[in-house]
Amino acid sequence: MSASRDQILARIRAATGGAGRLADGDIDAAYAALPRDYLRAHHDHDITALFAERAADYRAVVERVPEPGLAAAIARVMVGRPGAFVIPAGLPGGWLAEVPATTSLTRDEPPLSAAELDRLAGVVTGCAVAIAETGTIILDHGPGQGRRALTLVPDFHLVVVQAAQIAADLADAFAQLDPSRPHTLVSGPSATSDIELIRVEGVHGPRNLHVLIAEV
Amino acid sequence: MTAPPGPHPGMPTYLGMPSFPVAARGAVADSQLRANLAHATHTIRAKRAGAVAELADWEQLRAAAKAIKDHTLAHLDTYLLRLEANVTRAGGHVHWAADAGEANAIVAGLVRAAGADGVVKVKSMATQETGLNEALAADGIGALETDLAELIVQLGHDRPSHILVPAIHRNRAEIREIFRREMPDAPPGLTDEPAALAGAARAHLRQAFLAAQVGVSGANFAIAETGSLVVVESEGNGRMCVTLPRTLISVVGIEKILPSWRDLEVFLALLPRSSTAERMNPYTSTWTGITPGDGPEHFHLVLLDNGRTAALADQTGRQALRCIRCSACLNVCPVYERTGGHAYGSPYPGPIGAILSPLLRGVTSPVDASLPYASTLCGACYDVCPVAINIPEALVHLRAKVVDAKREKIFSAERAVFTLSGRVLRSPRLLAAAQRASAVGGKLFARSGRIRRLPPPLSGWTDTRDAPAPPPESFRAWWARTRGTRS
Repeated sequence: MSASRDQILARIRAATGGAGRLADGDIDAAYAALPRDYLRAHHDHDITALFAERAADYRAVVERVPEPGLAAAIARVMVGRPGAFVIPAGLPGGWLAEVPATTSLTRDEPPLSAAELDRLAGVVTGCAVAIAETGTIILDHGPGQGRRALTLVPDFHLVVVQAAQIAADLADAFAQLDPSRPHTLVSGPSATSDIELIRVEGVHGPRNLHVLIAEV
Repeated sequence: MTAPPGPHPGMPTYLGMPSFPVAARGAVADSQLRANLAHATHTIRAKRAGAVAELADWEQLRAAAKAIKDHTLAHLDTYLLRLEANVTRAGGHVHWAADAGEANAIVAGLVRAAGADGVVKVKSMATQETGLNEALAADGIGALETDLAELIVQLGHDRPSHILVPAIHRNRAEIREIFRREMPDAPPGLTDEPAALAGAARAHLRQAFLAAQVGVSGANFAIAETGSLVVVESEGNGRMCVTLPRTLISVVGIEKILPSWRDLEVFLALLPRSSTAERMNPYTSTWTGITPGDGPEHFHLVLLDNGRTAALADQTGRQALRCIRCSACLNVCPVYERTGGHAYGSPYPGPIGAILSPLLRGVTSPVDASLPYASTLCGACYDVCPVAINIPEALVHLRAKVVDAKREKIFSAERAVFTLSGRVLRSPRLLAAAQRASAVGGKLFARSGRIRRLPPPLSGWTDTRDAPAPPPESFRAWWARTRGTRS
């Protein structure tokens, strides 16, 4: 195993110029000097509207709701779908305040098996960041978002995006993330372009994505 | 002692392929195939142009991506060591594979150590390249492809023909037939609506995902600074494979590395728009080693060379290692559009395949020696490439390599013809004689002003093209006779 490691590294060094090689600090300096003349953002105003439009472009259902009406909106969406919802730890308590007792809520404690998750109707989560330019929601699977399987196996994902969480573009969004965490970038429901290069919604991930944008 | 860099004859699936023109002949004659390809490539071409036009700074993004990749390749050893250290620190295990056989053996060993006899796979070019599925099958391990197009290829006992959409050569009606024939649980009234076909795939693979013990993936990017891996996909099968199994094995080419997390702001702007013409693909997963309580408990990264260091040693060819496998070059290529992907004899078809395969494997086999010629050099591929790979330049460079390799042979008909031509063109007397002879030859072989068939060895030329008949009189003969006065 380490023989191949040594061999690959030696081949790279032979191919890239042997003795004229830079020290680590100089490599970092060369990297820092690389040209980055692209825009940090392509839009700078009405970011919330842009996010709503672009997320909807990919057949997500998108609603903008005033913050005081959020709990009612969540309840309305959940009641409209039969079956049990899994609730991740750390979901803000007030979000489920108006969900009627007839709607079944399941906690992921102890962790549910994949088969158990498959029997649930949906999941409700928050998110870490959203990207207006691309209509993307980023989960870092922290509090209120659940481990990755929770937003993958159930067929319906209701996600709450606080308007303040929406970044204009990729650069600002990625700067806010902690790379040591796992992340899922979600842009619309599961889809495929594998048949005649036409985008079709609905393969293995949640086939229904409902986005509530909470605005103060 | 280390062996000098040399191309590696990996990609076992494709050994023994005929040269490109021979393999392409059948494809070009298949009108259904040509219709399928024309439909798909033209659809995506227009959409890609729209998605790219939306970003005013596309050229700046391209320039940044090119610079980042070139910098990384120039210091690849340093970045690989950083990646190894950071993956290990985050609880992953790093393995190094010099060639396809070693990579496959590492994966098979890890699957057995996990006590599993099957794996679920997310589409990966690296494991196509190593022929992993066949190698695992020989070891009694089943590999289930979960990407819709890969599933279509696997069920159809077929080979992939496109980097992004391996079943691009199949239309919806053909896909329905494959599902009805090969998928025991296909719904009885399955239609050829794409949504219905996708639904059938969802139901078919569901239990396999939920029960999987080992997942196998590639990666679009590996971040040296953090040890993070990134998989870009659409369907959610990638998320299933990297999340649900207890063991995850990722086979990644050593050129997939990026220095830092921040670089994703460039590459995730370029890749989806170039490949599926989307602002962003539906799902992108990133993970860094192991996260307790979330996802796999064991993570193995297999770093694959398999000819990449040979490509790196080629100053002109090295740029092919910038490739992010978007397949925009396939979709705009006039040759690919007509021949499809199978004729390229490699998991990497199209313009990028025509340079990448000979760079990785060398130019000794008939198919690899023919690939640099599988192009009109029109340059459409260079225009759309998100990392600005100058494919025409690399093609011409590789043509020279092919000719150099032939020079080592004792006799070459082509070389004999050109040596003779050189002698004739240097002598006015010989040239005049040759022109008189060609005028006679033209009368013998031309029909309606074109020569369509010549006897061997000249048939090598007329097999694939015709030629105008030589004029009855050369310019020099006409001038000598008339001195330019109208006769």
